Amino acid sequence: MLAFLEHPRLRGGIHAEEHKAETSGQAIASDLPLPKKLYIPVQQHVGKPAEPLVKVGDKVLKGQLLAYSQGTISAPVHAPTSGSILDVMDYPAPHPSALPIRTIIIETDGKEAWHPRIVPEHPLELEPEEICLRVGAAGVVGLGGAVFPSAVKLNLGRKNQIHTLLINAGECEPYLTCDDRLMQERATEIVTGIRLMLRGMAAPKAIIGIEDNKPAAFQAMLRACAAYANINVIQVPTRYPMGWDRQMLRYLTGQEIPADGRATDIGVVIHNVATAYAVYQAICLGQPLISRVVTVSGGAVSKPQNVEVLIGTLMSEVLSYCGADKTQIARLLMGGPMMGDALPHSEVPVVKACNGILALSAEDIAEPEIQPCIRCSSCVTACPVGLLPLEMASRIKVNKLDAAVDIGLKDCISCGSCSYVCPSNIPLVHYFKFASGELFKRQQMEHKSEQTKRLMDQRNQRLERVRLEAEAEARRMQEARAARAQQQAQAKAAVEEST
Amino acid sequence: MYILSAIVILTALGLILGLSLGIAGKYLKVEADPLVERVEALMPGSQCGQCGFPGCKPAAEALVSGAAPVTLCPPGGTSLVEQLAKLLGIEVDLSQAQDKEIMVARVSEDTCTGCTRCFKVCPTDAIVGAAKQIHAVVADACIGCEKCVAVCPTECLQMHPIEVTLRDWRWPKPLVTA
Repeated sequence: MLAFLEHPRLRGGIHAEEHKAETSGQAIASDLPLPKKLYIPVQQHVGKPAEPLVKVGDKVLKGQLLAYSQGTISAPVHAPTSGSILDVMDYPAPHPSALPIRTIIIETDGKEAWHPRIVPEHPLELEPEEICLRVGAAGVVGLGGAVFPSAVKLNLGRKNQIHTLLINAGECEPYLTCDDRLMQERATEIVTGIRLMLRGMAAPKAIIGIEDNKPAAFQAMLRACAAYANINVIQVPTRYPMGWDRQMLRYLTGQEIPADGRATDIGVVIHNVATAYAVYQAICLGQPLISRVVTVSGGAVSKPQNVEVLIGTLMSEVLSYCGADKTQIARLLMGGPMMGDALPHSEVPVVKACNGILALSAEDIAEPEIQPCIRCSSCVTACPVGLLPLEMASRIKVNKLDAAVDIGLKDCISCGSCSYVCPSNIPLVHYFKFASGELFKRQQMEHKSEQTKRLMDQRNQRLERVRLEAEAEARRMQEARAARAQQQAQAKAAVEEST
Repeated sequence: MYILSAIVILTALGLILGLSLGIAGKYLKVEADPLVERVEALMPGSQCGQCGFPGCKPAAEALVSGAAPVTLCPPGGTSLVEQLAKLLGIEVDLSQAQDKEIMVARVSEDTCTGCTRCFKVCPTDAIVGAAKQIHAVVADACIGCEKCVAVCPTECLQMHPIEVTLRDWRWPKPLVTA
């Protein structure tokens, strides 16, 4: 009865229309026709882009390495199916700007011939280092949207001797149900993935946090975890942004991550539930990350559902499979409606980060008139971080970015709660995104300014050195000339003497 | 009597203090205005002359004396404006501030004769090449001072805006009046 006292009060957050019922009741479709061409960007993760090792014309098998990871924070990409390499070129990225990114294009041959897979006999007896190595080689990245290379995080967890692995299955974004379906249908595999992660990090226990609007997924996970006392499944209240890692962690453990720290600072590592499934695939099946479950929904889609999509499939193909009416699409989103990216067109590939494709119709979206701020402070109440969005936005509006940073701009997580509740429809998050980008640009300019000073110094030093060398050379020449003249004079004198 | 001693003591005190201040002023003299140096440290230091002053030091002096606005340096951008305003204690209205689009020089290979004039004037050594070889600009090091454009005999050096890539694409400022 007093359950509400057990957990800390949730700060901020909103209740948005969920729109999850459209897709949460249907099984994941895995019969999407194989596309003729697949477009695989070499960077689908945080960190350095992968370096292609295939050439145009090469034949590749399903699961074969296409580009290897560079540096410590990077991830490789693999061929989602067998075929031949058509091109390695710049192709529009699934990004609001749709600017080009280096992309490997595969022409599929329809054979689905697998590259030899290495499957260990007893996956759960592998050495922790070996698990991390295999996860890294399979190109597994955080599938919740942050796409941070998972192997790096596992290694970090092991080195920091963490005590808890937190599996984030909040899925708080409206419309999205891909994690929900995954848990309903593949709970056993997910739990195996979690056990592998625990072994990889040498961590004793795991907590799975699931929002209470997913009872079926909760029951499925509860059943799958019944045999493992060290894996706890806990329901969390449904309130966006519950899936924000710090919110979830604070709710479940009562601990708060320091503002400029990481979860490892308090002994916790957070992974998404879909990542756990990808870890299972990587180790128990020997499959690299070449496909993912994507929620396709929105008013312009006639058959909204979850689809298992090969990485590199064009979004337009996925949309037409789900019966989207192109003329009805008023806005196309990758990800959820709160934090997803609006895309200018659908001829961009599905990447590892893509958890949803939303084709919203004109009825779904509102383009209300922007009014002046009335200082009602609804945004302050809604902010899960505890910031003052109205004040930050008014400072940014007059370009006082440093003043905005002073009141916590850098802690903003761009969750969109403030924009959602604003009665004046002020695009608050847009201001914060603009300001963050601008700050980054300034940092780069300051860096360039320092570099310029260094180059100037080096140039001046070089010119000085050249001048000194020229002077020394002139002096040497003069001395040589004087010596020669002296010699000649001596020789002349000697000749005169002898005569 | 008391008045007299007070006058004597105060006069003596005044003289001693005045003398010591005079001596201190002479021996502990600060060579340059420290503010000028601090301002100069903030400036890009490329002596490009885009502000209309012959270099960064004269520009810094003008700034400190109030003869030039804090917005004088185009390569420094808004970031520099904000820093300068903070240092000099000046209020600036940044709401209308717009960074000048950053331009970099590029060599057109068709018309370059390899005369080496451009890389001799480049303040950051951003142009590479040798006599009778086609030159090239290292865009990362170019500061857009246009000195090379001025000396090129064949007009093969031209200023181009930096191409936006996925890496440095940024959200634009929301277009609202509210």
